[in-house]
Amino acid sequence: MAQAEAQDRGLEVQVAHAPAATHAEGQQHPIKLYLVVWGWLFILSTCSYAVDYFNLQGYLRWTLIVVLMLLKAGLIVAIFMHMAWERLALAYAILVPPLLMLVFLTIMALESDYTWLTRILSFSMVQ
Amino acid sequence: MVDTTPEHAPHAASRLPGLRGIAADWSSDQRAFKNVSWGKAMIWIFLLSDTFIFGCFLLGYMTVRMSTTVPWPNTAEIFALHIAGREVPLLLIAIMTFVLISSSGTMAMAVNFGYRQDRRKTAALMIATALLGATFVGMQAFEWTELIMKGVRPWSNPFGAAQFGPAFFMITGFHGTHVTIGVIFLLIIARKVLRGDFDRGAPGFFTSRRGRYENVEIMGLYWHFVDLVWVFIFAFFYLW
Repeated sequence: MAQAEAQDRGLEVQVAHAPAATHAEGQQHPIKLYLVVWGWLFILSTCSYAVDYFNLQGYLRWTLIVVLMLLKAGLIVAIFMHMAWERLALAYAILVPPLLMLVFLTIMALESDYTWLTRILSFSMVQ
Repeated sequence: MVDTTPEHAPHAASRLPGLRGIAADWSSDQRAFKNVSWGKAMIWIFLLSDTFIFGCFLLGYMTVRMSTTVPWPNTAEIFALHIAGREVPLLLIAIMTFVLISSSGTMAMAVNFGYRQDRRKTAALMIATALLGATFVGMQAFEWTELIMKGVRPWSNPFGAAQFGPAFFMITGFHGTHVTIGVIFLLIIARKVLRGDFDRGAPGFFTSRRGRYENVEIMGLYWHFVDLVWVFIFAFFYLW
């Protein structure tokens, strides 16, 4: 283990000698930032709830639900989970794979449309 | 295991930014995640796998809802609360959402005070987070009881498509389990903070690794993820 560390450090030293980073103490941000994000999450959640309360329907409803959801998710991941300050190598490694779910989503949407159609056809034949 | 965040930190300025940074970091025949410790990298990878679990649940729910020929139950009515003589749609779920968001806020501040080595504030905020989390689970237990009393079962329900029951119990049940586990771990870590384990670098009882205030951030990442999942469940299961 100590060997691995020494090797790792050796590699780093070969790469470059740079001045000390300011980041050594971990994620340090003003408390106010978290309070502002908290406030925004409240506002966005209230908007989500309003979509249902005022009984909006159709594409307007679905668009608003998804947009508000993505805004909330973005704030949580970027600020609360500090992804905005991580290096891109980590951010992409974590954030890109879930996009593959969209492929899965497309396949399952096609599949369920087909199932729905066969159900409609066969149920109507039974009656 | 060796944790090398501090050793790596001095060279931060020499690394390439942007897309070139991704290629350089991944291809350099060494650690890919330069300035995060193993603990943080691994919790992120765990959360990624958990994303797929919840993603599969939500996709399964989408599939059964799209393919059923029976109308889907109206969640706004089912989850309404009877207040002052009238039904307020989805109120219980809205309150649960605000409770969970608030717990994420207190958790984020706990992480912040942790890095400032403020033992008392960190522990107090973590305990507040745990209390909000427990409130959430309590409200969920109330919600489950209500629905079961109304006759919702994993195989049938009086409101519409039978698939509503299994989707509801599976998705909210799995999420509630995550919240419960989070509450337990919050209390464990809060106790360690109060005892000063992270100031002394005391070894953990399970891993024997020296405790650091970064453990609070790792706990926070899990907790924010639970909140994040709820954002998606709220949108797709309750509002859609």
